[in-house]
Amino acid sequence: MISKNYMQTLKGVSSRILRGDVSLRFAGAAIIDYANRICRQLDGWTFIALLIALLVAVPLLAVLWLAFSPSGDIWSHLASTVLPHYISTSLLLMLGVGVGVSLIGTGTAWLTTTYRFTGCRFFEWALLLPLAVPAYIIAYIYTDVLEYAGPIQGALRDLMGWKNAKDYWFPEIRSLGGAIIMMVLTLYPYVYLLARSSFLEQSTAVLEAGRVLGRGPWRSFFELALPLARPAIVVGVSLALMETLNDFGTVDFFAVQTFTAGIYDVWLNMNNIAGAAQLAIVMMLFVFALIAVERLARKGRRFDSVTGRTSSHRQRLVGWQGFAAFGVCLVPVLLGFIIPALVLLKHAINFYALSFEAGFLTHAWHSLLISSIVALVSVALGLLLAYGVRLSGTNLMKSASRLASIGYAVPGSVLAVGILIPLTSLDHGLDALSKDLFGFGTGLLLSGTMFALVYGYTTRFMALSHGSVEAGLARITPNMEGAARSLGATRGRTLRRIHLPLLRGSMLTAVLIVFVDSMKELPMTMLLRPFNFETLATHAHQYASDELFEEAALGSLAIVLAGIIPVILLSRAIAGSSKESQL
Amino acid sequence: MKSVFLAIGFVAVAVTSLSGMVQAVGEVNLYSYRQPFLIKPMLAQFTMQSGIKVNVVYAKKGMLERIKAEGENTPADAVLTTDVGRLSDMADAGVLAPVKSAKLDAAVPAQYRHPDGLWFAQTTRARILFASKERIKPGEVLSYEDLAAPKMKGRICIRSGKHLYNISLLASMIAHKGEAEAEKWLRGLKANLARKPQGNDRAQARAVYEGVCDIGIANTYYMGKMETNEKKPEQKKWAASVNILFPNQGDRGTHVNISGAAILKFSKNKENAVKLLEYLVSDGAQKIYAEQNFEYPVKVSVPTSPIVKTWGSFKADKINLALVSKHRAQAAKMVDRVGFDQ
Repeated sequence: MISKNYMQTLKGVSSRILRGDVSLRFAGAAIIDYANRICRQLDGWTFIALLIALLVAVPLLAVLWLAFSPSGDIWSHLASTVLPHYISTSLLLMLGVGVGVSLIGTGTAWLTTTYRFTGCRFFEWALLLPLAVPAYIIAYIYTDVLEYAGPIQGALRDLMGWKNAKDYWFPEIRSLGGAIIMMVLTLYPYVYLLARSSFLEQSTAVLEAGRVLGRGPWRSFFELALPLARPAIVVGVSLALMETLNDFGTVDFFAVQTFTAGIYDVWLNMNNIAGAAQLAIVMMLFVFALIAVERLARKGRRFDSVTGRTSSHRQRLVGWQGFAAFGVCLVPVLLGFIIPALVLLKHAINFYALSFEAGFLTHAWHSLLISSIVALVSVALGLLLAYGVRLSGTNLMKSASRLASIGYAVPGSVLAVGILIPLTSLDHGLDALSKDLFGFGTGLLLSGTMFALVYGYTTRFMALSHGSVEAGLARITPNMEGAARSLGATRGRTLRRIHLPLLRGSMLTAVLIVFVDSMKELPMTMLLRPFNFETLATHAHQYASDELFEEAALGSLAIVLAGIIPVILLSRAIAGSSKESQL
Repeated sequence: MKSVFLAIGFVAVAVTSLSGMVQAVGEVNLYSYRQPFLIKPMLAQFTMQSGIKVNVVYAKKGMLERIKAEGENTPADAVLTTDVGRLSDMADAGVLAPVKSAKLDAAVPAQYRHPDGLWFAQTTRARILFASKERIKPGEVLSYEDLAAPKMKGRICIRSGKHLYNISLLASMIAHKGEAEAEKWLRGLKANLARKPQGNDRAQARAVYEGVCDIGIANTYYMGKMETNEKKPEQKKWAASVNILFPNQGDRGTHVNISGAAILKFSKNKENAVKLLEYLVSDGAQKIYAEQNFEYPVKVSVPTSPIVKTWGSFKADKINLALVSKHRAQAAKMVDRVGFDQ
């Protein structure tokens, strides 16, 4: 009922906006009227969740606002020239990355949770390591290794007696295929992490029942474990795809023209931010639709399990099977982490004197500090949001939470402008107020400070924290809270005593990926930071952007190293928490 | 809930400790499109000479939006950038302050500063050709126009047509010859490419060295950086395999671009900012630009670096750069129409 009225109101307002004769007073009255009706239904939890969703959505609304400023005739130009190419390239890229991360992420997660084989304890956490390597860094590294002057082609030429590039064919690394491989290598850990914690938390009763009913290992995977892990895998894949869409560094380096490349071109080369914002909105709508279609496809199904009993009994793989499992897990770790880290290490040692500067440790401190803050803040907010949605269950809340998660698909620099506009407006308002009241201005209080950075990162990474917490919540049967509530526990107490312990694995996962992604964050940091404020990522970037990849290695290596420690710690904690939850 | 409050407290402490409210006395606040490590030597010398501390934010995408959004409360005083396009965008957006300074006017030739003093160049760089020593005969290629001739088929390498440097080159072509002629040229150039546009400017010299193509298009200072690269000696080989050709010496001259600076309209430390701009065209700073970055000092009396001198002198295109940058959006759309990057 509510959502129907809401939609009608929204439709009315939007059609007025489209006609260009929006009457603010009418819209305002409608909104207040609607808010009144909502308020009667609101309790504390819903309110908090709604507030969080709103805070995270504000920058996106600012981008929407930008899109309504005059943009000239950009669409007809784009449609008749490069737009079809941007779209097909982006779709192919997403398709390739989607398939790649699903296969590698789910496959390795299944192997490491269900079987024992040589090295499986190592792979449990090592498979996460590529997450710490920025995709554009890995792109630089493999271009160095695989291009004409690199060691591989050089060795081939020596071996075969080829004289120059025209004598033979070698796959071009700077291509769509190359970009897909680079992104799969750095993004599959999202799927691995989420699928793994889902497999770990799956009740063995289901699998045992399957076995009793005659399911072999393949069929129990495809017919039981995989469908049950679907929400988690979908979250992982959609995170990977959103990151694929917002990436600029890798595709720019590989000369692959994606939709995001088009957004930056319209913005910076055609000096048309309104047009760029319109493109960004179209991209957001596309992601929104994609997520909606998936949700629709599994509508009505439930993925929680009634018993929480999980098993630590894992079948041992020997002989060629053990060898194959070892190989399947080794390849992504080797290509996604070991080789890149060794190359970075080599450059970092050789170019240490050039790139190490007095402030380097301060930069590292900034990175660690801000990443820790953002990891905590966004996981706390993600939890409150996901829990609020679970409690209220209204469509409005569900849409609001989805809107909050979509910032991740927007290119970072565009989202940063979306942060700037509301923050500076608020600052100007406070400044004017203070001038009126006290006779002196306050200047910019929020923008250009750490606050702006934390707000920006949180907006950007809300999808990561909210997504993994939500996937974790979906596996907890509502019977639990039903029981707790009927025994008189408040909703807050239920969250603390029932959900938090059960969600420990998912929340640690969320902390881990937000932390690691914050360490790598570049475009928002660049634009929103205070004076004289460097992070490891910006330090590396100043060299990388001047074609000095080797000088950038030290900063990049530090990002990678800083990412390893939480990866190991949290991976142990996640494994530990799944054991605990059996008790 | 406890963790939320803890986190909020944590953030509050961090914000107050790191927000760095910038003091107005004896300081100048700089928004820089140029990498900190490139400008550090100049800024350090400026602080030593004047006692004025320089605070820097380095950013590229969205800098103009930040300045606009901050409005009259902006903490920034001056902007440092490469490419005339960015300076023109800022001038058009109305965020720059006109500067009257005899020192600046004397040091910077008229075509390298805004007519109303909204921006001033510090250095110039020419968009030149890296021509293979082995495979390009003297006199075979004399101009940008020659690159579109059928005899150059499959022999040219260039970075993305959408890169700032190429957009400016194309905009200058539009300014000189009109849109139709420029598009014809771009299509000819596209037809002659040895590979899809990719890599950076250095990568074009490397491609010539590797035999992928015979001519690469690049900015001058990359040659200096490759020739003197002790840490990466392979780059010396790339540089040694090419000659620098200055195109269009027989007519309008080689396309040049600038690095420049401007003062913001809402600067709170205008005096210090002017001092900084004046310092940047002083002999001392110009010498650092010349020696360390291999750029051409905008001040005629300051000599170029000995390395740059070996490339020979050249005639620069005298067209007003502010005029060239008016054609940038046109150029970007032309690159789309031609499908240059595909």
